Amino acid sequence: MTIGLTHYLTVAAILFTLGVFGIFLNRKNIILIMMCVELILLAVNINLVAFSAFRGDILGQVYALLILTVAAAEAAIGLAILVVYFRNRGTIAVEDVNMMRG
Amino acid sequence: MTTAALPSLVTILPEIVLAGGALVLILVGAFQGLRSINLVNGAAFAILIVAALAALSQVSQTQMAFNGSFVVDDFARFMKVVTLLGAAATLALAIDEMSQERYKLFELAILVLLSSLGMLLMISANDLIALYIGLELSSLALYVLAAIDRNNAKASEAGLKYFVLGALSSGMLLYGASLVYGFTGTVNFAGIAAAVKGGAGSGLMFGLIFLMAGLAFKISAVPFHMWTPDVYEGAPTPVTAYFAATNKIAAMALTTRLLIQGFGPDVVEWRQIVVFISIASMALGSFAAIGQRNLKRLMAYSSIGHVGYALVGLSAGTQDGVNGVLVYMAIYMAMTVGTFACILAMRTKDGPVESIDDLAGLSKSQPAFAFVLMALMFSLAGVPPLAGFWAKWYVFSAAVDAGLVPLAVIGFLASVVGAYYYLRIVKVMYFDDGPARFLPLSGVLKAMLAISGVAVILFGLIPSPIVTAAAAAAKSLF
Repeated sequence: MTIGLTHYLTVAAILFTLGVFGIFLNRKNIILIMMCVELILLAVNINLVAFSAFRGDILGQVYALLILTVAAAEAAIGLAILVVYFRNRGTIAVEDVNMMRG
Repeated sequence: MTTAALPSLVTILPEIVLAGGALVLILVGAFQGLRSINLVNGAAFAILIVAALAALSQVSQTQMAFNGSFVVDDFARFMKVVTLLGAAATLALAIDEMSQERYKLFELAILVLLSSLGMLLMISANDLIALYIGLELSSLALYVLAAIDRNNAKASEAGLKYFVLGALSSGMLLYGASLVYGFTGTVNFAGIAAAVKGGAGSGLMFGLIFLMAGLAFKISAVPFHMWTPDVYEGAPTPVTAYFAATNKIAAMALTTRLLIQGFGPDVVEWRQIVVFISIASMALGSFAAIGQRNLKRLMAYSSIGHVGYALVGLSAGTQDGVNGVLVYMAIYMAMTVGTFACILAMRTKDGPVESIDDLAGLSKSQPAFAFVLMALMFSLAGVPPLAGFWAKWYVFSAAVDAGLVPLAVIGFLASVVGAYYYLRIVKVMYFDDGPARFLPLSGVLKAMLAISGVAVILFGLIPSPIVTAAAAAAKSLF
């Protein structure tokens, strides 16, 4: 069996779905949510690189590199906000993120 | 070589002003620390005004830069000027607020500059890569801005929620972008339009739906609005004003350009999505705000509703419809800045308050303040002859012309329901007895109230400056 575009797209779709469900079903802590966000971005990268190779077009790989860079910045900012939050509340459990409701 | 490079630098003049200015101010702030706060704040305000003037001074014809990934046309110029004026006005409010509140940071002004730069990039984006970079540049700065009051638990929770849901929405947007790239073989909007014209397959439609999901989050439209009330309530008030008055406008410009220029040939397909989002946003904005007592939370639901009205114009998919969106966003910016200036002015000697009940009796103690707030509320509700009525008039008439009569009727009914909670604020101010007595207003707040009050009242009399500019801007998109 040869590995074709469909296989790559399926893997990416599964990873993407896992990431999205991980964000919504996870009731434990926020670090897990950040890991799920990374999973989503990497699924997108698989998609882009697979399309790029399949089409023989370099643009998708350029896009993937830019996404990697921005994802690093995003993770840094997310962790910084998390540290500030932890200092104020002393917890990073998801069920405690509920000061505002209604 | 140099002759070919120079014109593209003039094309991106407003962006260069913002980027260069932000970098210089970071250095000043890093070396001088808090001593430089007044210098940094003043310079940042001046940079925003200079960038707006630079955008105004650009020639009125479509120019491309960076191999067609960046476009400057009348549409971009109009939206850039509106966004930059909104940013300058809210930065002035923030500087005023910082002189009284606990948080005093020079970083706030720099983050405003950087996120404004991202917004300009979003407005001018002409391919999916520029779209993503612009969106992230503005979003990353906005996540930090939401949590900038770092000793306040509510603000850091708002920042955290905004970050998590914002990252999720960027992921969905990117997944959509990857599918669009895969099924069209290009990231350029014009190339996508050519591929769509040849027949949009189901893969491309999937991509469009994911892209729209990500963008609906950024404009806070239903069903991706969940973050809005919490973030608007928790973030410092001037930052909330900045979210509402600028980010939404830039994201709306991006959505409009993507749908009209990228997916223009397939208007029948995406119209269903936009109509659904629009109706859901209008309904939620009208009904969910009824029970709110907190003014910032109420403004969050109001902003969801207003995005719904603006989308009525976009779902028409015509030049008149885009014209309506442009006029709507410009007027919405003026009303939002004015309303948030009013919320910032609600400051007693015990600190700021933000409940509707605190306004009771305001018409007797501060009649001018109460009058401006009344004009803004009537305008947000869409009562003629104020600006908000004309904004709705343009989008609804475009929808009727495009044959979307039921949509316009639903919009009209939603605005009647929404009028209830705006008018209740007026009732509390004018007919309830209470001790409302706020501290005297600062000069900046007085100026903002005066400008937005005059803009809202006079737009009906002299609409031509905005309407002609918007008409030219809408024309450049087709």
